[in-house]
Amino acid sequence: MSFIPMFFALPLISAFLIPILGKIYKPLAWLVSTVVSLVLFILALYGIAVTQQLPMIVYKMGNWPPPLGIVMAFDSFSAFMVLIISIIVFTGSLFSFRYMSNYTGQWKFYTLFMLMTAGMMGICITGDLFNMFVFLEIAAISSYALVAFGVGAEELEASFKYIVMGEIGGLTFLLAIAFIYAKTSTLNLADISTSLQVIRHTTFFWMTLGMMLFAFSIKAALVPFHSWLPDAYPAAPAPISSLLAGICTKVFGIYTTARIVFNVFGLTRANEPMVFNILIGLGLLSIAFAGLTALNQNDYKRLLAYSSISQVGFIMLGFGIGNYYGVVGAILYILAHGLAKGLLFLTSGSVVHATGTRDLQKLAGLGERMPTTAWSFRIGALSVIGLPPLVGFFAKLLIIMGAIKAGFIWLAIIAIVLSVLSLAYLLRIENSVFMKKGKIDAKKAPFTMRIAMVFLVVLIVLLGIGFQPIIDFIVGPAAHALLRGLEYSHLVFGSFTTNF
Amino acid sequence: MIVFASCIILFLIGLYAIVTKRNLIKIAIGFVLIEYAINLFFALVGFKRGALAPIITQLDTPHNFVDPIPQALVLTAIVIALGTTALMLTIILRIYSRYKTFDIAEIKKLKG
Repeated sequence: MSFIPMFFALPLISAFLIPILGKIYKPLAWLVSTVVSLVLFILALYGIAVTQQLPMIVYKMGNWPPPLGIVMAFDSFSAFMVLIISIIVFTGSLFSFRYMSNYTGQWKFYTLFMLMTAGMMGICITGDLFNMFVFLEIAAISSYALVAFGVGAEELEASFKYIVMGEIGGLTFLLAIAFIYAKTSTLNLADISTSLQVIRHTTFFWMTLGMMLFAFSIKAALVPFHSWLPDAYPAAPAPISSLLAGICTKVFGIYTTARIVFNVFGLTRANEPMVFNILIGLGLLSIAFAGLTALNQNDYKRLLAYSSISQVGFIMLGFGIGNYYGVVGAILYILAHGLAKGLLFLTSGSVVHATGTRDLQKLAGLGERMPTTAWSFRIGALSVIGLPPLVGFFAKLLIIMGAIKAGFIWLAIIAIVLSVLSLAYLLRIENSVFMKKGKIDAKKAPFTMRIAMVFLVVLIVLLGIGFQPIIDFIVGPAAHALLRGLEYSHLVFGSFTTNF
Repeated sequence: MIVFASCIILFLIGLYAIVTKRNLIKIAIGFVLIEYAINLFFALVGFKRGALAPIITQLDTPHNFVDPIPQALVLTAIVIALGTTALMLTIILRIYSRYKTFDIAEIKKLKG
């Protein structure tokens, strides 16, 4: 029995079990989603261990050989993405126990939560273009519904905006798939990558690539296409904001872009610098514009939402630099930002749960009343800013090193200057919510919430201190999986069909 | 070629509706048009004039079949489109019950 389909089968099965179990006994819904996400975490660690020896594990659905049937192609980059998804899903689920107790219809929440997990896991392990679209839509539809979960006027409006933007992206992706199928008569990523090399440098090649980049930029909320995100994140319940900010944009936008650009279209900075310059441009625009807008926000979660657009810009910048250091930095940044921004949104949830408001003008003096939340916020913020022992520092350092090695000294300088912006806007929250003296009614965060936050804090600190093994065993292989480019297709076709 | 171009024109009409219309229901109709356009495009990709359904009854059947894969893909895409359209219309109805209007110019609590 292979473990690969378990990554999306387990959450999918539990999504359909939760309505039944939730009817029998309410907390069972929470229990199932937490246990399943913990099992996924263990499976992801096993996946990392397995990919140390095998560069590519292919699971054939229904035992059809690759170009005919749907395959699941599991390499180091997939293993890395699956690991980070399972971490954020686990903490989000743990956090939801008390946070969601204010809402009605909890089993609906956990059902959608698990469906979204299944979709994201599926995107990361599939080796088939149309299958990727299906999983993308599963995850996207559940996230639209989760953003509207509060059914207040603001939530509904935010969700509608998100649907409109997200579906324009999703449908453009579908049209691109139709074009690719019309030209290559295949949907297997590996098969497409060999077929596309024949028609390289034609208008068709660039048109489909452009359509896909457009679709994924919307999903990743890079700056000209970001308008849905600052509304959607504050409207969603905090565990969902944490999930959306921590991994959704990375899986929907960044993972797909990286996989398509490097492995399917087979582009490298050496042969097609133009595409990579576009990625750098999008990245810089996001960092600068969203960073400056974040300075001006008075809403806890809205500020974090803009901050998240700005940080995704750094990831795109790393991929745009395109050499080994840039890509390793970008992948480590996915990990660092997923953990840190997931944590920051959890602290926002804890503050909202205690006080009922997220207006920075009204909040004050929580540093003494909610010490765990305050310190979690500080560690997360320091990691986003990039303070040395934390994991965020090494990610930024690697991207800047990559820029210098690629000969973009100006880019390195701009990146350093712009990362000061993150210090400025995160200090605003620190000042007004945790440092400022003032009286506001607040109770301590409940136990499960604190556990979830502390878990992420420990991970951020540990991964920062022990970052060398992380680079060696997890991030480095993931970067190699991307940078080996068109070898991807040889690995899928010539790969092991072992019992893994 | 003209049929393919007309699919793209239908796609653009849908996009036009989404971008310019102020009524929420008309925006939803724009999405439905786009979905139709893509599904039609997919179906036409696999189409062959005078070809048969790909059901092999005897081994010596002449190979003049329609490509069945786009049809399977269209079925899946229709189901997904059903899901998104249903969700979108539900949210539109909920928005109507909150704001008492379908006009997006009047629905702006959020700044974007």
